[in-house]
Amino acid sequence: MSENQNINYLNHPKGIMSWLLTLDHKRIGLMYLFSGIIFFLIGGLLALGMRLELAAPGNDFVSNDTYNSMYTLHGAIMIFLFIIPAIPGALGNILLPLMVGAKDVAFPRLNLASFYIYSFGALFAIYTIVNGGVDTGWTFYTPYSTQSTSNVVPMTLGIFIIGFSSILTGLNFIATVHKMRVPGLTWYKLPLFVWALYGTSLVQITATPVLAITMVLLILERFLGIGIFDPALGGDPVLYQHFFWFYSHPAVYIMILPAFGIISEIIPVHSRKKVWGYKFIAYSTLSIAFIGFLVWGHHMFTSGQSVFSQIVFSFITYFVGIPTGVKIFSWILTMYKGQVSFTTPMIYALSFLFLFTIGGLTGIFLGAVALDIHLHDTYFVVAHFHYVMQGGTIIAFLAGLHHWWPKSFGKMYNQKIASLCALGVFIGFNGTFFPQFLLGLRGMPRRYATYSDQFSELHTYSTFWSTILGLSIFIAILNLMWSLRKNNKLDPGSNPWGALTMEWTHTSSPPHPHNFESDPVFTNGPYDYDKVIVEPTLKK
Amino acid sequence: MIDRLNEFFFPKQVSTFASDIDNLFYFIFYSSVVLMAIVVIGMVVFSIKYRFKKGDKVRLTSSKDHDNILESLFFIIPLILVSITFVWGIRSYLKMIIVPDDAIEIKVTGQSWFWTFDYPEGGTSLNELVVPSNTPIKILLSSKDVLHSFFIPVMRTKMDALPNRYNIMWFEAQEEGVYDIFCTEYCGTAHSQMAAKVIVMKPKQYEEWVKELGSGDDDLPLDELGEKLYTKKACNTCHTLDGSDLVGPSYLETSRMWGQTRNFEDGSSAVIDENYIRKSILEPQSQIVAGYQGVMPTYQGLLSDRELDALIAFLKSLNDK
Amino acid sequence: MSHNSSSPDFLHHHFHDVDQQYQTSKFGMWAFILTEVLTFGGLFVAYTVYRSWYPEMFYDAHLLLDVNKGMLNTIVLISSSLTMALAIWAIQKKNKKLSLWMLVITWILALGFLGIKYLEYSHKFEVGQLPGIFYSYMGPEVVNIDNPHIFFGIYFIMTGLHGLHVAIGMGLIAWLIYLTKKDKLHSDYYTPMETVGIFWHLVDLIWIYLFPLFYLIG
Repeated sequence: MSENQNINYLNHPKGIMSWLLTLDHKRIGLMYLFSGIIFFLIGGLLALGMRLELAAPGNDFVSNDTYNSMYTLHGAIMIFLFIIPAIPGALGNILLPLMVGAKDVAFPRLNLASFYIYSFGALFAIYTIVNGGVDTGWTFYTPYSTQSTSNVVPMTLGIFIIGFSSILTGLNFIATVHKMRVPGLTWYKLPLFVWALYGTSLVQITATPVLAITMVLLILERFLGIGIFDPALGGDPVLYQHFFWFYSHPAVYIMILPAFGIISEIIPVHSRKKVWGYKFIAYSTLSIAFIGFLVWGHHMFTSGQSVFSQIVFSFITYFVGIPTGVKIFSWILTMYKGQVSFTTPMIYALSFLFLFTIGGLTGIFLGAVALDIHLHDTYFVVAHFHYVMQGGTIIAFLAGLHHWWPKSFGKMYNQKIASLCALGVFIGFNGTFFPQFLLGLRGMPRRYATYSDQFSELHTYSTFWSTILGLSIFIAILNLMWSLRKNNKLDPGSNPWGALTMEWTHTSSPPHPHNFESDPVFTNGPYDYDKVIVEPTLKK
Repeated sequence: MIDRLNEFFFPKQVSTFASDIDNLFYFIFYSSVVLMAIVVIGMVVFSIKYRFKKGDKVRLTSSKDHDNILESLFFIIPLILVSITFVWGIRSYLKMIIVPDDAIEIKVTGQSWFWTFDYPEGGTSLNELVVPSNTPIKILLSSKDVLHSFFIPVMRTKMDALPNRYNIMWFEAQEEGVYDIFCTEYCGTAHSQMAAKVIVMKPKQYEEWVKELGSGDDDLPLDELGEKLYTKKACNTCHTLDGSDLVGPSYLETSRMWGQTRNFEDGSSAVIDENYIRKSILEPQSQIVAGYQGVMPTYQGLLSDRELDALIAFLKSLNDK
Repeated sequence: MSHNSSSPDFLHHHFHDVDQQYQTSKFGMWAFILTEVLTFGGLFVAYTVYRSWYPEMFYDAHLLLDVNKGMLNTIVLISSSLTMALAIWAIQKKNKKLSLWMLVITWILALGFLGIKYLEYSHKFEVGQLPGIFYSYMGPEVVNIDNPHIFFGIYFIMTGLHGLHVAIGMGLIAWLIYLTKKDKLHSDYYTPMETVGIFWHLVDLIWIYLFPLFYLIG
């Protein structure tokens, strides 16, 4: 083992070009990871700026226009440049081939192309930021978006381009899961993260083209006035909403399914226990991906769509809720009779369970049409999707990052600081977003740069805790980066958590450039903690 | 106790269907609290009871990974709860959309960034919706430009205002008072200032108010009428009186510059006088002050000549104060 | 290691064997076809919505399209699909020369399709039957039509996107001609030709839907 620690994908081959032109999925994954984190930090700073403005009523910090630009960029950057590409693009790329025992993804060149398409799209987003922002909200509702004088075109063009990157990644993953598995690794022996990525990829290749078309139509509407969405020219703004949400609701599952996958990996490993209800978790991933295509109308309960549509969309919405609920119970039951270690990834995973349950349950409030009419476009919605997107996806991303960090780099971070940060994130997050549920119930609309005095107490509270949240995330990332310095003495060994999936058992940390030194032989299922004992190799 | 709780979560219950919606909320809320408690207790108990203690040996763990009865419960209990929620949600929703036949119909028009209310008896008000109590009110909603959304928290109802079709909502207020109206669909720079009030009066008072509407201001002096119009016609959404900038230039600033030249975005300029102000109100796009966005809508048809005179008189008077 | 000296040079290092590589490429192409179907699907939805809102306008506006050119293009594209299939058949039968010829003919037919499309477009540009605010045609047939610019908006977007696919297909076919000429493709390895073939049939298929929907309303 000491021999191959000298040759790994990080140091072989050497040179900047070998990174920029690499076809190695692990290196492409790292490039995604670091660009994703940069956009995460930009989006986070924008969020803190917004909280600062909202600390008190009135325009104390920024003007209306600046605020409108900030919240739009915050949403667009977090969703299109960080969350959607980050987990599949970074963790998915690094881990998927390792987990299925392949030497690479099915189409390595497409994989690299996908990263550069993403970067190209990101340039448009950066141009938008530098050039004064865009103020339509990340939903780009017409007719405001066809009239606004801000940078609607560069931003939507950027999103359009990033869409292709998303499609190519999805294609690659689907082909990899279908065709590149090591002999013996049957569908029911796949790690659940692979199932999750598979479900995500299916949504990516089927929903993203509709977004691409919507963005093209929006851009053409601005340049040519084709009259599809602009009422002044015979079009219909509600049709835009249908198009947009037909993509963007499934996009919610592009964002949350990989998080489910990560949690399904981390809880069994750190509880050293066979995962509860494997088949259920696997199938519910696919069924959620499918049902996700049929519920877009619940974003439009106040748009004046027909009563029949309201009822149907509300009805189907609940069918996403039930399998999700059963998943949560499965994760909890996984710990039953296990050996639970409170490691950093596990702390994040437990806070995921707490926060995501709140996020999911508040979705039930919003699915009830009568109640949604009061809550629609208020801070209740803001709090709900932050509990799902940040409390769910980003917490899971941080969990995954801490779980696979030693795998990716062969270095261990300071676990005490990391665990403290995980607690800080949990407390700061609840402090920031829980008051927003109350704000919404009391009638505070979203996307407001200023507000009336009745809401100020809760807003101040939210702002105060957001600093704790921001600081904790920042230190957590800093702590990870700090571990990469040359004289880091914390040696994780090759399997610090005692995990059973192939990326831990069949290759070193960091892995060999071709993933496995010799063709891997599939030996045990990913969660066979009742059959195999694997000692953690972590040295403290 | 219930009232205290309701005050904590919600604004006042004013419409007839508000309490029904709040009760639906409490039903989901208490069910959620129970489910959440199960999740938290399960998490805490399992993670602590089965924790890996110092000195423990890594061993093979249980292979139990399913339990048919338990899992059926996880399906059936939430299924029952969401079924109730769904049916309740739809039943309450039907109450919210079936407009009583004897409703008073008020036409509401959203425009960046104010609301116009047209009453069946004739007469128009801006940013102040006056309605009689204990009478169903039907709102016929549309927009003149982009999307807006008409939200009255105390009535628990909301509807988007679209530029190319009418949407309908209704409510019946049970208690007199002055309540907030918000715009909840993002509509540009002053979206967050696009607030209005709904004033619920006793039906008798309302009848008098509607009668007076449009006729009652004749005896006011011009500048006082202008001061009234300044808020009534929503000028205050974008123009301040204290010299600070909002979306448009402050009235005070313009008043101080009376007789001086003002430069416009297209390079032209004009002297600030009565005609300039009149033109700025009726054709705002023709003269956009340098440094501002041309976002003001026209007030053509919304102001009488006397009202225009009043606004000009009010603006002029600001510098003297 | 599987990529030892005995494995053929067209086998990429990360595949076990030729069959896996072939199956994977084909599978990837079919997944991509699904994406393409959804892309055009969105536009077909827009078409359906607007046709149901403005049925008379769609009928009247479609009379302005040149059915003969559309029909000719349909024949051209179907023939090219046939020659594409023949090219694959020929290379399986080790007939490199026939395969090359068939590819060249496919390419020329594709060019012919775009040429005819160009004639149609340029006529529309001349008379002002254009999308959106650029629409200016005020001929006697359209005096009573509401919003004909929407019809031409959708027409140009859908046929334009299809034309873009034809152009991309031409690039891919040219690449196949090059590969075949250089003996990179042969009866043991013709995966690129097969996957481009799938793509080309899709392009053909989309046109077979577009033609009646725009040219043959009524």
